[in-house]
Amino acid sequence: MTDRDIQTKQGKMTIVALVENKAGVLNRVASLFRRRAFNVDSLTVGRTHKPHVSRMTIVVDGGVENPYKVAAHLKKLVNVIDVRVLNDIPHVSRDLLLVKVRVDGSERSNGVTSICERYPAKIIDIGPYVAIVEMSGTEELVEKFLKALEPFEIVELVRTGVVAMGRGTRIQDTEFEPPAPLKNVTSTHKSVV
Amino acid sequence: MQLTGAQIIWECLVREGVDVVFGYPGGAILHAYDALTQYTDRIHHVLVRHEQGASHMADGYARATSKVGVCVATSGPGATNLITGLATAMMDSSPIVAITGQVPVDAIGSDAFQETDVTGATLPVTKHNYLVTDVAELAYTIKEAFYIARTGRPGPVLIDIPKDVQKALTEFIYPEENIVLPGYQPPSSANDDQLAAMVELIHNSERPVILAGHGVTMSGANAEVQELAERLQIPIAQTLLGKGCVPEEHPMVIGWMGMHGDAAVNHAIQEADLLIAAGMRFDDRVTGNLKTYSPYSKKIHIDIDPSELNKNVPTDVPVAGDLRTVLAQLLPKLERRQHPEWLNLIRDRQEDANERDILHHDTGDKLITAQVINDLWKHTNGNAITVSDVGQHQMLEAQYYPHQRPNTLLTSGGLGTMGFGFPAAIGAKFGKPDEEVWAVVGDGGFQMTLCELATAKQENINVNIAIINNNFLGMVRQWQELFYDKRYQSTPMFSPDFCKLADAYDIPSMRVTSRDQMAESVEFARNIDGPVLIEYVVEKEEMVYPMVPAGADLHDMKRRPKPGESA
Repeated sequence: MTDRDIQTKQGKMTIVALVENKAGVLNRVASLFRRRAFNVDSLTVGRTHKPHVSRMTIVVDGGVENPYKVAAHLKKLVNVIDVRVLNDIPHVSRDLLLVKVRVDGSERSNGVTSICERYPAKIIDIGPYVAIVEMSGTEELVEKFLKALEPFEIVELVRTGVVAMGRGTRIQDTEFEPPAPLKNVTSTHKSVV
Repeated sequence: MQLTGAQIIWECLVREGVDVVFGYPGGAILHAYDALTQYTDRIHHVLVRHEQGASHMADGYARATSKVGVCVATSGPGATNLITGLATAMMDSSPIVAITGQVPVDAIGSDAFQETDVTGATLPVTKHNYLVTDVAELAYTIKEAFYIARTGRPGPVLIDIPKDVQKALTEFIYPEENIVLPGYQPPSSANDDQLAAMVELIHNSERPVILAGHGVTMSGANAEVQELAERLQIPIAQTLLGKGCVPEEHPMVIGWMGMHGDAAVNHAIQEADLLIAAGMRFDDRVTGNLKTYSPYSKKIHIDIDPSELNKNVPTDVPVAGDLRTVLAQLLPKLERRQHPEWLNLIRDRQEDANERDILHHDTGDKLITAQVINDLWKHTNGNAITVSDVGQHQMLEAQYYPHQRPNTLLTSGGLGTMGFGFPAAIGAKFGKPDEEVWAVVGDGGFQMTLCELATAKQENINVNIAIINNNFLGMVRQWQELFYDKRYQSTPMFSPDFCKLADAYDIPSMRVTSRDQMAESVEFARNIDGPVLIEYVVEKEEMVYPMVPAGADLHDMKRRPKPGESA
């Protein structure tokens, strides 16, 4: 698929970036999106199994943004090690949801319980008035689950945004090690993102 | 060897080959200035009068020499004053390293005196920046900063160094190994598919044009571009910053493109069946309306910055690579070609443009900018480094001062920074002391950075200042005349008596009001060792033609009528 085919293609596009785990890197990425007016649906970031590497999953609307253009600008940042557009390859993605719903009254509590049984969802906290339900799945499944919960009263909701990974042996990793002079430096400002 | 952070700064600069820095001291950078005392035999510090001047001087130095220019400022206001210069360098891919002082590490975030989040504020206008919070990182960071500034697509890099980091002691080990950055590997060559696709498009083209930009010179591909043009008889159109990358008197160079470019060039681009974009970025001042831009052409785009490919103009063969490397791969695969009809069509249009040229009009006794620039070209044998500011005189410089060598027209193209010309000329002269350097500036732009007259005098730097004075913000006035019914809101301009001003700085000066003084004025400037100011009092209401109105189609140019024709 060429860049230009993508420009007219609808749907959400998932970009995964490996970045150096240094102070200010998230700010650089966020600043880039703001400056270039890229429309970001969600952005998640966290540590990886390598202490000096963090990983970001960015979802953009493919109908509005050319994800290859976003990727090219991302790659241009010095602290960004590797960028891939995951829609090119088979991949899995998950969005994690915590939702607090009213469960006062047996009708409500039975209803919520039965919906949770039909989805990969768990009640992780429950009291006489409200329960917290945890659910993770593709973004579409999370949306569907929320739709099902709508008749009950949602009082609080949080989502992590999508994280994604290529399937099978499509491994996105880096051999990068920090240069020797910087390896043992204990900087006061080092932190994730 | 135990050194302080302050000493490490200068040790590293010496090792990077830096022999001049432009700066201004202050509280948070004082340790560094104190340490400079031990390095004055190797590094000359130029005391500017405003930090913006320091950033433009470093930029001018970098553009003239293709080396990294360095500027230094203190924290807070010192650092924020650099921002215009950093943004200017960023837009025109000029390699500079800016070193700023910062409040002590523990005070960061406390709104301390003269504290600004400088790495935050300069994020969008630098290629990369650093806040160094541990002196052990300093040497490596400085080496990395220079590497990033000058490699790939060059650009400004800022290093923010807190006061206590400058004071701290550490074992100084200069990193001897090459810098390896996991996320930073500038592309180099084209692959076989790309080469084959380019060869096919070029061989099958009947109306090709090379669009030569700043990247030609930055990549050192000047000879390769010329060879490509000669072997396949492809005309070269230059961008503003590409002017001189191949000598403008070369028969294959047809002129420059864009809003005030040559009409024949713009028409050629619109009618071409192949554009070979080499180290340029399809800026809106070059393309006009993107929807109607060069509609019949296939496009090859070679640039070292992959994010420029398909950014503004969809491209048939995008190649992320070093232009010189890619052309060296491509040239052996190309056969000779001729395009006589195409070249004749372009030459006919150039004839038509000549008839419209204001130099062929009777302008009576009036002194007009085109003549001033053209006479300056004549009397300097077309061989000076000219540093123009921004506005009408800048466009007329590009039209009437042909450049035969790369890096001899220095101007703020992308950002259009008024006030750039004069300080950048000072920087250029430090980089090229044996060349004749002229700052060609307007009365408006010059007044934005004229405080550097004191710097020029203190350094006795041999820069000739040509002020083109029309008592107007000329280019804005032109837009008001054309698009705002001549409502000259806030464009008529009072200026000081520039010669008296020069006198106050003890700088020799001359006022030119008629054309017969032109040769004399250039001679006068040349015979003085040190800064000279010449004021050229020109017509108030001149127009720069041709002009593609902003957003209009590239072929939709406002032209100057031929003599005898009415407007």
